[in-house]
Amino acid sequence: MPGRAIPYVKTLVHVLCLLPFAYLLQSYRSGALANYADPVNYMTHFTGDWALWMLLADLAITPVRRLHASLSWMVRLRRMVGLYAFFYATLHLGTYVFLFSGYDVPAAMAGVQAGHIAELWRQFKLVWPTMLADATKRPFVQIGLVAWVLLLVLAATSPQRVLRMMGGARWQALHRLIYAAGVAAVIHYWWLVKTGVRTPWKVTAVLAVLLLARVVLAAIKQAKRRPPARSEVATTV
Amino acid sequence: MLLRTRVEIPSSEITPKETVRAFQMSRRQMLAGMGAMGAAAATAAFPERARAATKLNTVSSPYNVTDRAVTPQAKAQSYNNFYEFGTDKGDPAKNAHVMQTRPWTVKVEGLCKKPQTIDIDKIMGYRPIEQRVYRFRCVEAWSMVIPWDGYSLGEFLKAMEPLPSAKYVQFLSLADRKQMPEIGSSGINPPYSEGLRMDEAMNPLTLLTFGSYGETLANQQGAPIRVIVPWKYGFKSAKSIVTVRFLDKAPHTTWNDLNSDEYGFYSNVNPAVDHPRWSQGHERLLNANTIFPKVVPTQPFNGYGNEVAGMYAGMDLRKNF
Repeated sequence: MPGRAIPYVKTLVHVLCLLPFAYLLQSYRSGALANYADPVNYMTHFTGDWALWMLLADLAITPVRRLHASLSWMVRLRRMVGLYAFFYATLHLGTYVFLFSGYDVPAAMAGVQAGHIAELWRQFKLVWPTMLADATKRPFVQIGLVAWVLLLVLAATSPQRVLRMMGGARWQALHRLIYAAGVAAVIHYWWLVKTGVRTPWKVTAVLAVLLLARVVLAAIKQAKRRPPARSEVATTV
Repeated sequence: MLLRTRVEIPSSEITPKETVRAFQMSRRQMLAGMGAMGAAAATAAFPERARAATKLNTVSSPYNVTDRAVTPQAKAQSYNNFYEFGTDKGDPAKNAHVMQTRPWTVKVEGLCKKPQTIDIDKIMGYRPIEQRVYRFRCVEAWSMVIPWDGYSLGEFLKAMEPLPSAKYVQFLSLADRKQMPEIGSSGINPPYSEGLRMDEAMNPLTLLTFGSYGETLANQQGAPIRVIVPWKYGFKSAKSIVTVRFLDKAPHTTWNDLNSDEYGFYSNVNPAVDHPRWSQGHERLLNANTIFPKVVPTQPFNGYGNEVAGMYAGMDLRKNF
């Protein structure tokens, strides 16, 4: 693809990545979201699903572009898609903190409108014990939090400036944490569903394929760099 | 070409003809029964004509939650755990319409003097149907407030004349692969089995339920007959019941089979005993159309302690969760 097409492709990918968020916003504004049986549960799953799917899409970029030399431009979308994974993961965490936990949003907003900014904090302190208990006692919350923190670290170190500061090799080593984030996110999913629910198997399979693809790619690379031992023997004889 | 000249009625609002016919039959039987009862009939209000096909004649009941708003009917009927129709809580509302609820019989067996197979319409006509507004607490930490229509299960059980040796009652749900596309796919070994101790089953709060919101149950809610045990987590309230069995020992129960660490036989609502994976101290109250639902403290026995706590006196409820 010619270099000057890249900005257009990037714009398109931005739009695509923002579509789910726009849909959620539209559902809220039309009132449809409030009419769902359990809007908070819906939002939690919606944002969680999209965070995971963005993460998987991000992990798919490298193996896909390796399929053919003409796809190498795709690497320029990798950071962006990764940042959208972080964006949806943050919405997911936000849903937990401000809606799932019992944080009284209407009361906090009323406080703010009356000029009491501190109400935001006062409401937070009311639900903090519940969240702390979850973070210390619930493995599925912990592993989800781990995934988010990893994505936070990657997002924070994503600018070009940081890359130059860190040096390519160190930066790349750090950014391999994306695999850990993917694994943590999928475990988070398995640990929260009830016994007998197998919904997470699809994302698990996709993640497994994407991780396996890297092992295969690495093996191919290795094989190309070092000719097989058999041919070495053949030339020496 | 299809010309849409009239106001469209959503297909979900249209009652299948079979249901209408079956219900008209049952209503006739019920009205006849009420005539004999005299006083009860006098207090029964006649239903409005709109959607009359599925309306139930109900009498009032002393068991009504008044401190919480009632959950909108659409929410109660679109958020159901009924794994035979899919594991997503939206699945049953989409898939359960294929279940045939007429003809329907319930087989009563085991330790009783009058084992028999009874037609659903006969069961419905046996006692006046009360409307009771109950709190409904799911083990997943959300709750609703639902007007259920039925009569005390104990009334029905007594008519079967249980033997003194009967200590437990088991309920088996319909297990029909032809009508339940997802049956067995979730690891549940069909049929869904639930059970109560005899005193729990006989407690007047335990409702043999045929309807909600003054109408016959939607299929996804466990039509045409289920139990509602309001002080226990929702999964204890078996749906679409086909067998009632009197036993001398506790029956196996489906969720206990699946994961005995997470779901006990009693499963009384108890804020002090957390689910291993989440807190049971609070619940998300789904009784308003808002994205900011109230999260309220969960009450012991779901707020029915006065009526039921006595049955568990001396028991360690942490051990018998």
